[in-house]
Amino acid sequence: MADLDTIELVKDIEVDKYKYGFTTDIESDFAPKGLNEDIVKFISAKKGEPAWMLEWRLDAYRRWLQMDEPAWARVSFPKIDFQDIYYYAAPKSMANPKSLDEIDPKLLETYTKLGIPLKEQEILAGVRKQGEKSTLDDDGNEVVAGRVAIDAVFDSVSVVTTFKDELAKAGVIFCSISEALREHPELVKKYLGSVVPQGDNFYAALNAAVFSDGSFVYVPPNTRCPMELSTYFRMNAKNTGQFERTLIIADKGSYVSYLEGCTAPMREESQLHAAVVELIALDDAEIKYSTVQNWYPGDAEGKGGVYNFVTKRGDCRGRGAKISWTQVETGSAITWKYPSCILRGDNSRGEFYSIAISNGRQQVDSGTKMIHLGKNTSSRIISKGIAAGRSDNTYRGLVSAHRKATNARNFTQCDSLLIGDKCGAHTVPYIEAKTLSAQFEHEATTSKISDDQMFYCMSRGLSQEEAVALIVNGFVRDVLQQLPMEFMAETQKLIGISLEGSVG
Amino acid sequence: MLEIKNLHVKLADEDRVILNGLTLSVNAGEVHAIMGPNGSGKSTLSYVLSGREGYEVTEGSVTYKGEDLLAMTPSDRAAKGVFLAFQYPIEIPGVATMQFLKVALNSQKKARGEKELSTPDFMRLVKERAAKLNIGQDMLKRPVNVGFSGGEKKRAEILQMAVLEPALCVLDETDSGLDIDALRVVADGVNGLRSPDRAMIVITHYQRLLDYIVPDHVHVLSKGRIVKSGGKSLALELEAKGYAEFESEAA
Repeated sequence: MADLDTIELVKDIEVDKYKYGFTTDIESDFAPKGLNEDIVKFISAKKGEPAWMLEWRLDAYRRWLQMDEPAWARVSFPKIDFQDIYYYAAPKSMANPKSLDEIDPKLLETYTKLGIPLKEQEILAGVRKQGEKSTLDDDGNEVVAGRVAIDAVFDSVSVVTTFKDELAKAGVIFCSISEALREHPELVKKYLGSVVPQGDNFYAALNAAVFSDGSFVYVPPNTRCPMELSTYFRMNAKNTGQFERTLIIADKGSYVSYLEGCTAPMREESQLHAAVVELIALDDAEIKYSTVQNWYPGDAEGKGGVYNFVTKRGDCRGRGAKISWTQVETGSAITWKYPSCILRGDNSRGEFYSIAISNGRQQVDSGTKMIHLGKNTSSRIISKGIAAGRSDNTYRGLVSAHRKATNARNFTQCDSLLIGDKCGAHTVPYIEAKTLSAQFEHEATTSKISDDQMFYCMSRGLSQEEAVALIVNGFVRDVLQQLPMEFMAETQKLIGISLEGSVG
Repeated sequence: MLEIKNLHVKLADEDRVILNGLTLSVNAGEVHAIMGPNGSGKSTLSYVLSGREGYEVTEGSVTYKGEDLLAMTPSDRAAKGVFLAFQYPIEIPGVATMQFLKVALNSQKKARGEKELSTPDFMRLVKERAAKLNIGQDMLKRPVNVGFSGGEKKRAEILQMAVLEPALCVLDETDSGLDIDALRVVADGVNGLRSPDRAMIVITHYQRLLDYIVPDHVHVLSKGRIVKSGGKSLALELEAKGYAEFESEAA
């Protein structure tokens, strides 16, 4: 029911439609430009890391030097000069903040501008801004917003994590990964790189060498995490890469729901973002990971924008484990991203729900991998790609069953919606079954918003923009419903904004 | 309320002329039936009134409540009270009928500078209007027209009309694809909306619908113009003689 809000929001936005494009004028501490072993050592030293961690990073760096950039994705961009990037930037005043009071007010202002209130008292009401209307479901029942704990990452460092004490009471650890390395080194050592090894791929190796921060979550056995966890990533400094690393471990019988949001300023130069996310679900544990990605997409001609080259993988390591990825991808100039599940434990389950919207000159190559290793494993993929403007939108997915993965099941549905006649939608599914008992289903559709649909909506009083927002929100409904309730309305708005100017 | 003067319309992409000097005057409170054979321009008239693209007006004018209707966008016309019940209602997957109604009503209210209805008020309004058309909660939750039977689609159109409360209703072959029971429900719904402030143009191929929705005026459309007008008895005469006789009159 948030469509009208969507439209109002769209109208509030001026020609310059990316509303998160501002820059925060804050003094930053940079590592020297470029990448070599000294930079890796510099970052590790800044973080006060143990010796084994530095070795781990250097090992990754040496592997990276031997690797080539992947070239198989359906995207094209000028070659990146990896020596022309800053690998570490931290707001100067932020050397070692202990509490909110020590944080530069400019930073807090930035997050407030982005609609992310950090102060706990403001969050008590949920992520929605104070005074904002509540969301109602189709029957008019009020949906009660839950509370959300947030870890905010500004360029290379984690600024603040909220609700820490309350989470600690439940035994949940939620902190920046730098802090986890200091406070819980045994957990980090045990799990870091166990899903995405240092040499997994070019960008993952780069990340392993230079990652500066990110979030760490550990949920103890038989614990249901008492609130949504969330990380908010913000790129600010110029010519700076962002390499965050997230590690989430759900111990036996536990449950956690996690959401990440991302924005960046508008800059003429492209910015590199190469993150790694590792999820580990032990016996009967469940992790639900949602992303709302709204990095700066570049201008209408394709100048600037974020290169989003991300490796996300979950390991259902225990019996009956479940990992569910939900992603809403609206930003970035280029997206190269395949959140995947390794279904190792018997009876484990993987899910991937995706909305990928591209407009202007954006290029999206995204999808998932479902690797069935255990018996009776199941997976489900629902992908909705929306291409507008002159963009290219590719779904690329792999579903495979190992010969021991008896009774593996997968259902895949890929739907593409085209707006206008200058964009492209592509579906590239790979299916490999090494056991006869596997049952894999794949369905795919491609459609256009028809003139009939547009006219029907407009003849009922909707403007052109309202009609597109309504039809697209209908198209992605199955996936929207997978998002935590608190973020559904927000996402509907974002969809309307992303498609602004796509018709007419 | 509506003055159509010497309207000439052709397809935008080709040279085919469809309306060829159509003149019609409709006052508030009246129900006008427009009958005619296939290809006489009935549906084109409904599309031109609601502002669909693909048609070019080459001559003539359409004035609605004193304003130039042809200069308005489809959404403006809707906000000002023009409603078209489609012959073939369009499917919008994933958008619940209830949600569609709400977005439509509130868009129109906003355009008119009126206050939007609160969700509880809106739900009450829809439930009350839906009950009269035998439309249950279940159908309101289903996506707009997706998987609807012919009868359900037409009832849903009339529900939209009942909720949006337009001043000028254009019903394009609302009887097509309906069995006799469904026809009765739809006709009752339409009759319930007759009012001194509201005008209706009922476009139909068959006289049958007019047994249920009794018109004040009947017009015969042939080759893009009205060739004969009369009272409701004209419809019966048409039924008996067929359109052929009138077509020769037009020539």
